[in-house]
Amino acid sequence: MSDEHGGIFDGLIGAESAQWAFGTDFEDPLAGVDTTVPDGVDHTELAEYCLMLGDDALIMSQRLTEWCSRAPDLEEDIALANIALDLLGQARLLLARAAAADPGLLPALPEGSPVPAEDALAFFRDAGQFRNVRLAEVANGDFGHVVVRLLLFSVARLALLERLRASSDTVLAAVAAKGVKEVTYHRDWAARWFLTLAQGTEESCHRVVTALSALWPLQPELVATHPVELSLARAGVGVDPATTRGEVDAVLDQVLAVSGVARPDHPPLEGGGRTGTHTEDFADLLAEMQMVARAHPSGRW
Amino acid sequence: MSADRREWPLYEVFVRGKRGLNHVHVGSLHAPDDTMAVRHARDVYTRRNEGVSIWVVRADAITASSPDEKDPLFAPNGDKVYRHPTFYDIPDNVPHM
Repeated sequence: MSDEHGGIFDGLIGAESAQWAFGTDFEDPLAGVDTTVPDGVDHTELAEYCLMLGDDALIMSQRLTEWCSRAPDLEEDIALANIALDLLGQARLLLARAAAADPGLLPALPEGSPVPAEDALAFFRDAGQFRNVRLAEVANGDFGHVVVRLLLFSVARLALLERLRASSDTVLAAVAAKGVKEVTYHRDWAARWFLTLAQGTEESCHRVVTALSALWPLQPELVATHPVELSLARAGVGVDPATTRGEVDAVLDQVLAVSGVARPDHPPLEGGGRTGTHTEDFADLLAEMQMVARAHPSGRW
Repeated sequence: MSADRREWPLYEVFVRGKRGLNHVHVGSLHAPDDTMAVRHARDVYTRRNEGVSIWVVRADAITASSPDEKDPLFAPNGDKVYRHPTFYDIPDNVPHM
């Protein structure tokens, strides 16, 4: 079990407390969780589903990480890095679950490579094999842009994870339970900044309205349904994002209303990341994210 | 930097640890308002699982003693050893002493 999601907690849980200034009360999110795939669940579909949720978190995390040292203030710099790390943690568990459910997904690596399964998926897949929504991947803009991107993303992800806590797959349920606490904070951060900027100066309002306008065509993809999501929702394993649409709209409308910003009505962008169709920006992101791992496929990190 | 780009006010941050009995000063940060100061404090000072409760207060709301007053305020207590409860035997079963 601990091999499956890496030994990152081994040195923290139950270790000698004295070396840590604040104790060793770290929690393994999968402690005591049954990791066998439930009977009757299609392994290929489960893996595909975990890739969708995991890739969303991974790619969003990568874009947020680019903000490191670039935020307007030290405090926001740390906030963005914290959020990126929360999402990276979710990605790690979900990609490991995808690999466990369908080892056939794993890209070929040199004989004896120590690269763990989730890293193999993150660093050795090509763009067309990623299942993330395009909202997560488009290039960063200004601070208003990252606020809007995170608002749209976390409103949808929180609504989804809240429902996924009831999944019959105990690993997904545990990842969702952990994620709900994290994404609640992400949504709060983003909504608070959206309101602050919208109600701030003419310039700050202009920035968030421009970003909202640019990212709005990518929002519907967050609540669109892929056949795998529908199939797993029927099996009690996944959540059909369409069922979150009412809540997502209500939350966004509320944020927009208190901020005094009109809801855009741009049509959705054609295509979708869930089927492997990505933007041009995505190639640059992957090149940067994967370059070092690919140069050393037998490296130990 | 233009003139209307004002600095955010400074806040002092107090965190109560899981095993701590009271809030302890951990540092300071800048924030646009009180609510954001709590959010910033969470991000800056509790990332390593340090705390279960946060207090923030505007630094300019704190009235502090001046170093110049050190002698009249504190020096007179330097020789009052009888104010310390060191002349009692504390029973072993009395906690937190």
